[in-house]
Amino acid sequence: MNESGLAPSALIPVPRGPVPEVPARQAVRMVDISIDGKKVFASEGSTILEAARQAGIDTPTLCFLENLTPVNVCRLCVVELEGSRVLVPACSRKVEAGMAIRTDSERVRLSRKMVLEFLASSVDLSAWPEFGGYCERYGAHPERFGKDALDHKQLVKIDNELYVRDYAKCVLCYKCVQACGVEAQFTFAIGVAGRGFDAHISTEFEIPLPESACVYCGNCIGVCPTGALMFRSEYEMRQEGRWNEAEQTKTDTICPYCGVGCDLTVHTQDGKIVKVTSPLDHSVTHGHLCIKGRFGWQFVQIQPALQDYR
Amino acid sequence: MELHLTNDRATPDEQSAVDGVLGAPKDRRVIASGNGHGAGEDALGGENRRHLLLPVLHALQARTGWLSPGALNYAAARLDVPPAEVYAVASFYDLFRLEPTPPVSLHVCDDIACKTQGADALCAQLESSLGQEGAPCMDGKATWFRSPCLGLCDQAPVALLRSAGKSPREAMVAQATAQTVLASLQNVMEDKEVPAESRPRIKEFLPQLGETQLRLLRRVGQVDPTSLREYEQTGGYAALRRAMEMGREKVVQEVVASRLLGRGGAAYPTGKKWEAVLRQLRPESVHYVVCNADESEPGTFKDRIFMKGDPFAVLEGLTIAGFAVGAKKGFLYIRGEYPESFRFMSQAVAAALGHHYLGDGILGSSFSFDVEIRRGAGAYICGEETALFNSIEGYRGEPRNKPPFPTESGLFRRPTIVNNVETLVNIPEIVLRGGAAYARIGTPQSTGYRLFCLSGHVKRPGTYEVLFGMTLRQLIELAGGVGGTGRLQAVLLGGAAGSFVSPAELDTPLTFEGVRGIGANLGSGVVMLFDDSVNLKDILARIAKFFHHESCGQCVPCRVGTIRQEEILARLTGNRTDGSTENEIALLKEVAQAMRDASICGLGQTAPNALLSAIERWRLFA
Ligand SMILES: Cc1cc2nc3c(=O)[nH]c(=O)nc-3n(C[C@H](O)[C@H](O)[C@H](O)COP(=O)(O)O)c2cc1C
Ligand code: SF4
Ligand code: SF4
Ligand code: FES
Ligand code: FES
Repeated sequence: MNESGLAPSALIPVPRGPVPEVPARQAVRMVDISIDGKKVFASEGSTILEAARQAGIDTPTLCFLENLTPVNVCRLCVVELEGSRVLVPACSRKVEAGMAIRTDSERVRLSRKMVLEFLASSVDLSAWPEFGGYCERYGAHPERFGKDALDHKQLVKIDNELYVRDYAKCVLCYKCVQACGVEAQFTFAIGVAGRGFDAHISTEFEIPLPESACVYCGNCIGVCPTGALMFRSEYEMRQEGRWNEAEQTKTDTICPYCGVGCDLTVHTQDGKIVKVTSPLDHSVTHGHLCIKGRFGWQFVQIQPALQDYR
Repeated sequence: MELHLTNDRATPDEQSAVDGVLGAPKDRRVIASGNGHGAGEDALGGENRRHLLLPVLHALQARTGWLSPGALNYAAARLDVPPAEVYAVASFYDLFRLEPTPPVSLHVCDDIACKTQGADALCAQLESSLGQEGAPCMDGKATWFRSPCLGLCDQAPVALLRSAGKSPREAMVAQATAQTVLASLQNVMEDKEVPAESRPRIKEFLPQLGETQLRLLRRVGQVDPTSLREYEQTGGYAALRRAMEMGREKVVQEVVASRLLGRGGAAYPTGKKWEAVLRQLRPESVHYVVCNADESEPGTFKDRIFMKGDPFAVLEGLTIAGFAVGAKKGFLYIRGEYPESFRFMSQAVAAALGHHYLGDGILGSSFSFDVEIRRGAGAYICGEETALFNSIEGYRGEPRNKPPFPTESGLFRRPTIVNNVETLVNIPEIVLRGGAAYARIGTPQSTGYRLFCLSGHVKRPGTYEVLFGMTLRQLIELAGGVGGTGRLQAVLLGGAAGSFVSPAELDTPLTFEGVRGIGANLGSGVVMLFDDSVNLKDILARIAKFFHHESCGQCVPCRVGTIRQEEILARLTGNRTDGSTENEIALLKEVAQAMRDASICGLGQTAPNALLSAIERWRLFA
């Protein structure tokens, strides 16, 4: 979006039909809304999700991430808005004065439950940390759709040294496409191809990653909520049953490579670096890194034989 | 932008197809997008030509029958769009093939209206003479596919033929038999005409032809649709003149006063949209008007009648809309499976340009207005207004979340009016007659005229124009009564997104408010009859397949819900229920509720309607 918020600039293509935004108003005012019967003051321009959080109400989300423009596709965050025929997505819907919102009505609970069941009956959610809790909270039983329910089972794509792609876990949240494109990397190596249930994340002509435009910044891994995109190191450790987050330490540091000064969080287990992330709220990175910061740590772990120094 | 391209190169043939749309390389001038006059989006500074992606893909498909990686690379480079995105867009549409495909393709409708007229038997015959759907046939020169509704349900069963090459051809085969389809296929392969008796005919399927009370349909079948002169002689363009004398404010006031409700399916007040866009008019404003001619709702074919039979009326309505809201450009988005409508509308645009009804200084005034035609490429969802914008702009046809509504942020993020073809054809009537007088026609809540598309087991299928207020029974009588066995089992009202009604409900008035009373809606004017020989469960299965196939896949409730609904229905129908029937029906209802409540757009929100309406009315699985 350019400054007038009207048209995308000539030189910046957008990875999907850009998500339209209500043109922002000038001064920030506070508006009065009610959530679950409670009065809430929310700043104009903020979303229902933000207002709900402010009121201490937890709203489940999946395709939403603080550092990306909401695409509102998973529909897990839907809430009931008085006067609206359908439920509305909390993550993208802006508050307006006088809104009366219910976040825990029968309708809301049913839709959230069904979204969880729809997802879990079609993809593998075992690596989505919040999944179990949400299922319990909404009483979701994905097995209701039967053993023969069509799903996205497929082989894991391992075609490069740095990360693996397990699209049997992909919920099509669009975040990796956003991160690869206008929202971080501007590389445009991937898009959503196909339609309907066949829609999937793909390089051009479905070519392997090494032949594509991918620059291995790993920003897609950083945003993937369900472990469909995973560091090769993490993937292999999980396969071998050695992955243990409880035993890991996270150390914040600054990337040593260039002068930008990206914040890194180094995850170590058994004294070895197992992955590198960056905090979403960091003003420089917003969670995004480049190949060096994300993957360039192997040298730390190479234990040169003593004679190499002689 | 620096693009990373694979090593695949376009052939000279493919390059020339792309250059035919974009101009020779280094020449930044845009040649045409099908109808011979300037394209280009002023809001994008003339640089971003991504909106030409769809026309480019069409040109390639028409040249070689498929989109090769080399061809897509070339398109990507010429348009400065990353190849992964070009691929993402191309793979969205049914009519684009991404695997080597024979140059001639046959698309045979096996959708619900055609099913009542033997489409299943037709497909079975074709399978035995041509082989499996999708496999090469005729010495590898052709292939065939089953297709969703092709918009010619009054002349069911139907097939569409497309042949790629230097002079690509497209033809519809109406009232098809295996014989006529195979003969037409042979002819197209030999570059001969499709036999006259298998081509669609307008007049025979306008049973009211010549009746003097007709207003919207009065010219169709009576004037030469290619003659601007005949259009003028029959009152054409009088409304545009009148509108320009009245001024935009007054035109919009009249449309508001007419209480016209949109005929595209959502029944939104047209005047409200126009007012909202006009209100934002400033000297520097860029506004757009869009005519929605995607017409892909199964059972709908009325818009085609106008485009083929009275194309200038569509243009006049669109031009008045452009004048009224201060737009300089209009887009007409025609579904890809309507080759003839595209041809007639393109001719009409060229003729109107030549006679100053379009272009700079219309009728000697300072009002300038251009119309650009875009063809869809096989995606029902592109009829949804915001998906349609994305499709025109060169993105995947995925609906946008609303708000913001099109009147605020529409095509190219500008305030935009979208109206259905039939809605726009009413506009000249309203301008000439006056909004208040128009509002006295029909009923207070459903004003004016309405077209209905009658198909299935009806004696005289076709397009009918009636005043609001007629009952369903009267309409069926007007169409000669129930066909087939003569014993009516069910009527599908409003299309696949509408609902089934039973013979006990025939006295319902066909008004917006009347059908609401029986939990139905008029949708796009579909009235499809099923006699008692039809297995309704088969029809439901086809509807479920339709939604599964047409979901854009963006949001979870629709992407997965349409599949689960299809699976549950198949289990119920095949007596393979998981647990009790009641359990399955309860599950189906929960799926439906989530789709209705949580889907992004009308497709997912209405996908369970027809199924549930039938299951509930006839207790199908009790
Ligand atoms: C899935 C879907 C398909 C649609 N297809 C069409 C269509 O083919 N033609 C049309 O005029 N409207 C279609 N609509 C409705 C449009 O979104 C929009 O409401 C309409 O074009 C507005 O024009 P009107 O106010 O003149 O009816 C469709 C809506 C949905 C949800
Ligand atoms: S791969 Fe991950 S980030 Fe990308 S769409 Fe799938 S779930 Fe989302
Ligand atoms: S409801 Fe269906 S068609 Fe509409 S946005 Fe969602 S997935 Fe796409
Ligand atoms: S989190 Fe709001 S729709 Fe996905
Ligand atoms: S053309 Fe076959 S159902 Fe409409």
